[in-house]
Amino acid sequence: MPDLSYSIARTGESRAFPGTHAFIDGATAEGAVLVLLGPAMAPRCVAPERTAVLVELSTECLAAYEREEDPPASSNLVGFARWRLGANPPSDLIELVAGRTTRPNALDAAQAVFEAAGFTVSRCADRAGRIVDRLLRPQFNLALTALDDGLATAEDMDLCLKLGLGYRQGLLAPLLGSGLADHYDVTRALFEVYGQAQYAPPRLAVVARQKADKAEPSHASLLREAGE
Amino acid sequence: MAWEWNAAAVAGAGTMGAGIAITIARSGLNTLVFDESPDALDRAKRQVEAFFEGSVRKGKLDAAAAAAATARLSYVKDVSALAEADVVVEAIYEELAAKQRLLSTLNAVCRDDTLFLTNTSTLSITELAAGSGRPDRVVGAHYCLPAQLMRLVEMSKAIQTSAASWDQAWAFQRATGQHPVETKDRPGFVLNFFCVPYHNDVIRMVEAGVAEPADIDKAVKAAMGFAMGPCELIDLIGLDTQLRASEAFFSVTNNPRTFPPPLLRRMVAAGQLGRKTRRGFFDYGSDALFGA
Ligand SMILES: NC(=O)c1ccc[n+]([C@@H]2O[C@H](COP(=O)([O-])OP(=O)(O)OC[C@H]3O[C@@H](n4cnc5c(N)ncnc54)[C@H](O)[C@@H]3O)[C@@H](O)[C@H]2O)c1
Repeated sequence: MPDLSYSIARTGESRAFPGTHAFIDGATAEGAVLVLLGPAMAPRCVAPERTAVLVELSTECLAAYEREEDPPASSNLVGFARWRLGANPPSDLIELVAGRTTRPNALDAAQAVFEAAGFTVSRCADRAGRIVDRLLRPQFNLALTALDDGLATAEDMDLCLKLGLGYRQGLLAPLLGSGLADHYDVTRALFEVYGQAQYAPPRLAVVARQKADKAEPSHASLLREAGE
Repeated sequence: MAWEWNAAAVAGAGTMGAGIAITIARSGLNTLVFDESPDALDRAKRQVEAFFEGSVRKGKLDAAAAAAATARLSYVKDVSALAEADVVVEAIYEELAAKQRLLSTLNAVCRDDTLFLTNTSTLSITELAAGSGRPDRVVGAHYCLPAQLMRLVEMSKAIQTSAASWDQAWAFQRATGQHPVETKDRPGFVLNFFCVPYHNDVIRMVEAGVAEPADIDKAVKAAMGFAMGPCELIDLIGLDTQLRASEAFFSVTNNPRTFPPPLLRRMVAAGQLGRKTRRGFFDYGSDALFGA
């Protein structure tokens, strides 16, 4: 029987667990697994006594927190992201990322902890966008561009996708409801890594980001303006 | 003018043709199922009959209705039998030349007022109509997989489609219990415009070892509440169909996402076409038609 106990430490605001959640309530002081919630921090030797140390990822790769000098399969670092569309509540999906240095038993422990808490867990390699953002952001982009090009109305496009492909909410309704500025940020990060046209932020997302920045400049937009 | 439908035909008894034939026969029309391959006809007959038996077992259809629907279906390998059809739904391979050849043969065989619907996924309705010999009587009617369960039909006009043909095509869809939605004669209409590049992205992700098919499906379903994961959907559609659709799509859009990934070609070469060969991204015990 694996040890499913876990502790939580916060490094700042977490996109995965923004409010209260049974998973937070289930944490103990000295768990076998340490879950770091909030923006991940620079690599350092965290808690070698733990079976796994889980690092919350945004659009970056776990590699950003791994130490160059560590040999393959030698560390307890595991990346995770709870998938979320913009301001919508987080989904029940946890994407678990094994990095170059991640030990298999750390990955198994992380999966066991999340599954015991009722999450759906998918494993993936340490690549930008992991599974869902990498696959679905281009689809959202396609929908936004098709809307601009008059292929169909948003309602008809979603209706076709619902009836034809079993996309229960369609694509546009959830995306437009979640705020497009965040979609801009994610696609921009993916475009930077992959350089492929499907990740280029579409016009509607660019406009949403511009509007949001005018209303309240984000940290990222200030850095961009400063040329960094 | 009210249109009287006496008999319909489906040309091409593959994955889509068998499902389309079920929808038509179930609605009360005599239905001819035509294929040039006797094996395809045998398989379609077996699958259609098993489907109706399943519908009865699961309480979706009573035994008498299933028997009547089964009796309305005839399986023919001689195209001249389609002479009596009021409407022909074309569902053969996704190849412009092959479809145009068939439509022009049908033009010679069928009455002048017989309506031709094409189930093409990526080809231009206007180009198909141009090669048919009766361009004003050709309408795009893109059924969804699995056609026997899905009501959506994306309908599009060729430039040459007459208003009367369009109305009749729409009425035919309603009469056979389908849900027509008007789209445009553009590559992929709505569904394949989204699906073909996306499914190639999924195949590339598997090929690059980013995640296993089961993990991809789990992730996408949990994230967005989709009914199916992309890998099981590709298996259902058929990898050969995805390959043909990609080739057709790439040739007209030049979009790199629609270029067939090497893994897709390898799986097709290995005969791992999905459910229909019992093996694709996943293993399946049988080639029975999906649903009841
Ligand atoms: N599979 C899908 O998901 C899907 C969905 C919607 C539309 N479509 C479209 O439906 C069509 C058929 O696709 P499918 O998946 O059923 O293909 P399939 O390969 O399963 O079946 C095609 C059938 O057509 C027959 N055929 C080929 N040339 C013929 C001819 N000249 N005369 C008579 N029969 C002939 C073949 O013997 C075969 O049985 C294609 O245009 C495809 O793009 C497919």
